[in-house]
Amino acid sequence: MTETLTDAEPLSYEQALEHFDPVLGFEVHVELNTKTKMFSSAPNAFGDEPNTNVNEVCLGLPGTLPVVNGKAVEYAVMLGLALNCQIAERCRFARKQYFYPDTPKNWQTSQYDEPIAFDGYLDIELDDGEVFRVEIERAHMEEDAGKLTHAGTSGRIQGADYSLVDYNRSGIPLVEIVTKPIVGAGARAPELARAYVSAVRDIVKGLGISDAKMERGNVRCDANVSMMPKGTTTFGTRSETKNVNSMRAVEHAVTYEMRRHAGILAAGGTIVQETRHWQEGSRTTSSGRPKSDADDYRYFPEPDLVPIVTTAAWVEELRAQLPEPPAERRRRLLAAWGFSEQEFRDVVAAGLLDEIEETVASGVAPSVARKWWMGEISRLANARDLEPAALGVQPATIAELNALIEQGRINDKIARQVLEHVIAGEGAPEEIVSARGLEVVSDDDGALTAAVEKAMAENPDVVEKIAGGKLKAIGALIGPVMKETRGQADAGAVRKIVLTKLGIEE
Amino acid sequence: MSEISRTDVEHLAKLAHISMTEAELEKMAGELAVIVDSVRSVSEAVSGEVPATSHPLPLTNVFREDEVGHVFTAEQSLLNAPDAEAGRFKVPAILDEE
Repeated sequence: MTETLTDAEPLSYEQALEHFDPVLGFEVHVELNTKTKMFSSAPNAFGDEPNTNVNEVCLGLPGTLPVVNGKAVEYAVMLGLALNCQIAERCRFARKQYFYPDTPKNWQTSQYDEPIAFDGYLDIELDDGEVFRVEIERAHMEEDAGKLTHAGTSGRIQGADYSLVDYNRSGIPLVEIVTKPIVGAGARAPELARAYVSAVRDIVKGLGISDAKMERGNVRCDANVSMMPKGTTTFGTRSETKNVNSMRAVEHAVTYEMRRHAGILAAGGTIVQETRHWQEGSRTTSSGRPKSDADDYRYFPEPDLVPIVTTAAWVEELRAQLPEPPAERRRRLLAAWGFSEQEFRDVVAAGLLDEIEETVASGVAPSVARKWWMGEISRLANARDLEPAALGVQPATIAELNALIEQGRINDKIARQVLEHVIAGEGAPEEIVSARGLEVVSDDDGALTAAVEKAMAENPDVVEKIAGGKLKAIGALIGPVMKETRGQADAGAVRKIVLTKLGIEE
Repeated sequence: MSEISRTDVEHLAKLAHISMTEAELEKMAGELAVIVDSVRSVSEAVSGEVPATSHPLPLTNVFREDEVGHVFTAEQSLLNAPDAEAGRFKVPAILDEE
């Protein structure tokens, strides 16, 4: 018997697409930001001491009973509506049974045959404005599991000596959104993957039903990828890459899986249906556990919870409360800000719409707000391999920096330095400017005039040109003055002094 | 008579993490078949128009207000833990999944 080939060198992206078409599918888990958990009154909070946001229900102690959080149901319906889904008139919970230490009851309370929302769609706008419709199979309610830490030399599950469990996350309300298979995205599949997850994040953020921070796991994506030979319509075997937790990781993971599948299939091999783990460092995936008995979950209706019935009146009441859909909001902001289509798409792709909107609301001109977020802040974020929005810069900080510039107290260059100090945690811009003495050199004590005089004395040829009417030559004096004042001169003030000295009136 | 094979029982036992001897597997296959038949007899007592239900109580929408209630301290949470470290439950290494 010949051994089946299950591994091969990945093809290049171009080669992969030459021979195969990708089929995608996503399961996105959204943590709701209710005050309490899905089935108990323990707090839904992040970052507290381990096992302190738990009670008997979260720990799955025998004899305890779950009670549904009404707010979580309301949020799930709102999300279903925003995903253009049908809302079930009647639905129920089910037990999904498996043994794993992050789930102390040995089952996860979820929904199986009767999800609260189903048959929806999302129109996803790609970077160039093309719209791709993603069909939603279902959105169902369930509870989150506890958090495992693997102890051992590697810090990873492979080779761990033991694991530690914190159940603070156990029971946090989740909505899992499952797409139908997505075909026809072709070379744009990775871009679509990122745009889809981004759209879901924007929706839950807009609805205010989740903190929507991917880096905290509020929005988590499992990406299913398979490849089928061009010209065929039968789906190939899929792999499921788990917990891909940033927009760019989603894009990279889909790209890599497309190449990996194509490599194996092109070599005549077989794709193993399995869970894959995303490796951020190498931008590859590694083999997890094969789909096997472990997926025989023996779902059955949860006997401890009664069914949920939604009335048309209630659903319509919630529908009326929905905020402006993200796509409509984008059209409105594009018109209000006066950016070019390309500029605006870049802002959307960078995930900076909220930040710029808030900055503009704090009184900064839209073009200035865009320059800050798309320029300096994006550059600093890139250098740290973070999404710009994850850098922690507040719109109010930008408004403050901009005000300092407009008051002539700092210049653009110093403002950028101040921003770095803000990111380093040194405080607000105003505090940093005074603590570090970064205010532009004032001429109250003649220091600026002295610096200008020195520059003029050292550059007589430039002075001659200016005196001859070539005012642009003043630029050649700015450099030496900046050097003299350690960058803290205001170019406008320098210009004024030069002109006064030469008796030129503008 | 329902058919519950020895293989079915073995599979269920594995999923439920219950170790069973060969003799127990055979015995249980027979007993489970009888239990399934007994439960099935319920369907003879009701007409096909009675909708299936997963719950005996005529209740729907039993909801709780989203208000924070009591919690345990880490010490209380860990009272039943066979082993603990750094405020967390300590469990054997898990090899098959992240």
